[in-house]
Amino acid sequence: MNKKILFTLPLLITLVLFGYFFWALTKPGRDPKILPSVLIDKPAPEFNLTALENLGVPGFSRADLTSNGKVSVVNIFASWCVPCLAEHPDMVKLGKRDDINLYGINYRDKPEDALNWLNRNGNPYHRVGRDPKSRTGIDWGVYGVPETFIVDATGTIRYKHVGPLNPGDLDNKILPIIDNLQAQK
Amino acid sequence: MRGLFLFAAVLLIFTANSNSVKAFEPDEILDDPALEARAREISKEVRCLVCQNEPIDSSNADLAKELRIVVRERLVAGDSDDDVKSYLSARYGDFVLFRPPFNTATFLLWFGPLLVFSVGGVGLIFFYRGNKNLKVVKPLSLEEEARFNQLLDEDKKTKSSDSGETS
Repeated sequence: MNKKILFTLPLLITLVLFGYFFWALTKPGRDPKILPSVLIDKPAPEFNLTALENLGVPGFSRADLTSNGKVSVVNIFASWCVPCLAEHPDMVKLGKRDDINLYGINYRDKPEDALNWLNRNGNPYHRVGRDPKSRTGIDWGVYGVPETFIVDATGTIRYKHVGPLNPGDLDNKILPIIDNLQAQK
Repeated sequence: MRGLFLFAAVLLIFTANSNSVKAFEPDEILDDPALEARAREISKEVRCLVCQNEPIDSSNADLAKELRIVVRERLVAGDSDDDVKSYLSARYGDFVLFRPPFNTATFLLWFGPLLVFSVGGVGLIFFYRGNKNLKVVKPLSLEEEARFNQLLDEDKKTKSSDSGETS
């Protein structure tokens, strides 16, 4: 009797493994294209980005993430990026708040295109820095636009969202994290 | 003759394609051939984050091109191959490297098969140890064999006579 159980053990282990693999492959919300960022809870990289001319807001550097004691939302966007337009209303909402910094990194874009895009859709950002060769993007581990980072007042990256903010993402993901970080202060 | 032309055309298409696989562009190539060779080797081991199953060496994505340039800049700055790879994995995680490095997160990946193998091996040893009274199959003795053959013959005879009756 005891031995019979022992005989089925390999089969059981295999079935459990298969079950686990099946679950891991089919669980809802699984997107193999989204990578976990290694920069979470690490200090934001050094950078210094020039302003987009004629936009009327300054460029920004790493120092601007820590200068005023506010939580920062750093959004990577480009005029050629269609999903950026989809999440733009959410950026407008965030831009209206004065208790956070909303910074935009204009990724691999021509300045005139970026300016047109922001003039047409409205500029929600408090500061916009140009990253024409994506060097700052590489330092931030950016591999697709849009991406949205939440950086706390000490300049530590706390959250990264890859791809556009879908309906509900702002209320269910971004805002609670901002609230949480503000409460920690 | 037409077939030959067709064959040549197909060949041409294929060679043209294999050329376009080399996505690196002339302006990226370093003057120092040794450094360039190292850069090519590293680029083959680095995943393009946009296409994800292609190395940056053969990817046409803008980010891949920029990463190829970054790799070359790091080499020119005097980085070792490992320095370049850790520079990239510090930004994009180990996923950026096709060959997973050995660390606490990946040791199961490296040692998992060995682990399963040894568990199986230990299981086998215990299985055979636990069966010391396992009946060893002895070859038949001469008498047994004779008796066995006799039985077989009888069996054959009855069978052939059976089939003879029915047909």
